[in-house]
Amino acid sequence: MSDKGVKRVLIAGSQFAFGVLIVLTFSIVYCIQIARSGGKIPTFRRIPGIEAVPEAIGRAAEMGRPVMYNPGIAGLTTDTAAQTYAALEVLAYVGQLCAKYDTELIVTIRNAEVLPVAEEVVMNAYVAAGKADQYSPDSVRYISPFQFGYVSGVLGMIEREKPAAYLLLGAFWSESPSYIEAANGVGALQIGGTANLHQIQFLVAGCDYTLIGEELFAAGAYVADNRAKLGSIWGQDIGKIVAVLLIVVGSISAWLKSDWLTKLVSK
Amino acid sequence: MKGRELAFVICLFVGVTVGLSGYISTPIINSISSELLSWGVVLGAFALTLGLLNSIRIHGGRIARRHGTPGDRVFSAVLLGMMAIATVVGLAKGTTSDQYQFIYKTFLTPLDGTIFALIAFFIASAAWRAFIARNSDAAILLVTATIVMLGRAPIGELITRALPEATAWIMDIPNMAAQRGIIIGAALGSIALGLRILLGIERSYLGRG
Repeated sequence: MSDKGVKRVLIAGSQFAFGVLIVLTFSIVYCIQIARSGGKIPTFRRIPGIEAVPEAIGRAAEMGRPVMYNPGIAGLTTDTAAQTYAALEVLAYVGQLCAKYDTELIVTIRNAEVLPVAEEVVMNAYVAAGKADQYSPDSVRYISPFQFGYVSGVLGMIEREKPAAYLLLGAFWSESPSYIEAANGVGALQIGGTANLHQIQFLVAGCDYTLIGEELFAAGAYVADNRAKLGSIWGQDIGKIVAVLLIVVGSISAWLKSDWLTKLVSK
Repeated sequence: MKGRELAFVICLFVGVTVGLSGYISTPIINSISSELLSWGVVLGAFALTLGLLNSIRIHGGRIARRHGTPGDRVFSAVLLGMMAIATVVGLAKGTTSDQYQFIYKTFLTPLDGTIFALIAFFIASAAWRAFIARNSDAAILLVTATIVMLGRAPIGELITRALPEATAWIMDIPNMAAQRGIIIGAALGSIALGLRILLGIERSYLGRG
């Protein structure tokens, strides 16, 4: 296909983004392959919010109170779906720890399409921990498709169940302070995480630990004993280095009053 | 092919096709992608039935097995009763009927508004906890938040013109830089997560198969 033909097929304004996506995909796949083949992968920085999860669940086990998990209010098909998938990835880890410590896990669901996936994740976690018989189908509870209907259900549940640990990881909107303050009211240790910029400040202000932006997406890979997953974080970091280089080059270009990079990224 | 493998192949096909449709515009990709998104809506509607069954099982079981306090069982009965009434009225009269709209406007809308209004109080109590200057980070938060709040209110300009200017600087320089850093990191993270799912490295959502 000619150069003009390629340009006609690619949507205007997305050519640079598509190129970056291709390069990033190759770098991530390359790093995954190196990690899979036993090659050396870098050491990753600690994520305090994720390292606090066993402490939170252990605390719940000692107090004989449940752990509540909120995977956000986004679905599986919208532009914020990645946050829900990240939350479900961490849910697998939380489920295994709850099974290991014999602690009750309650997962609240707003989006009906997330319900069967969350049920599978929790059931698999109990199976992986060798405690399939302890899995309760009532662990994963569908509340309401309405944002504030869901909030009222969760607030009531926090008040009645009095969880020792409350984990809210995923996409949240204006309702996030409600969960945080209700869980604080019953003395729950809270671990929050979101990539929704407008809610991060509430999580930082109210939760004991917070996963900010990319930490939420890396969390599932970070806790898994899986080199391929760790390789994907390494590949993602290469993308971050490229982004930093582009910012530096762009800043110098802007200082020199040149707009070639602006034109390039808007192609 | 086992169920789990079949589900993975479907996930790969759907993910790659719908993903490509964001960058490539050809009649075949556009039509397949649009069809797949329509199927997603249909599947979502089916999932709502699963949600309904989940609620009936949990709340019906609580009433039948006498779990929880008497208050819990009353709440469960009210929930199931209202769910049944709304379903029957919606199916019999339609969701645009006066009867259905009465339920919607008299019960749902005011309750929705009430919970939304509570957020103001939750934010106030969260701010109270966050603004206690226990360490240097919290102290910085307290000082910047005070400047921004005063700078955004008319009284700020009355105190000194420097407050709105300082607010604009905080919002446009350090705040914007931090936000862009978070956006870039989150975008890269979501691509890596998407690849983990599409390559089958993350499969816990597929079940045991």
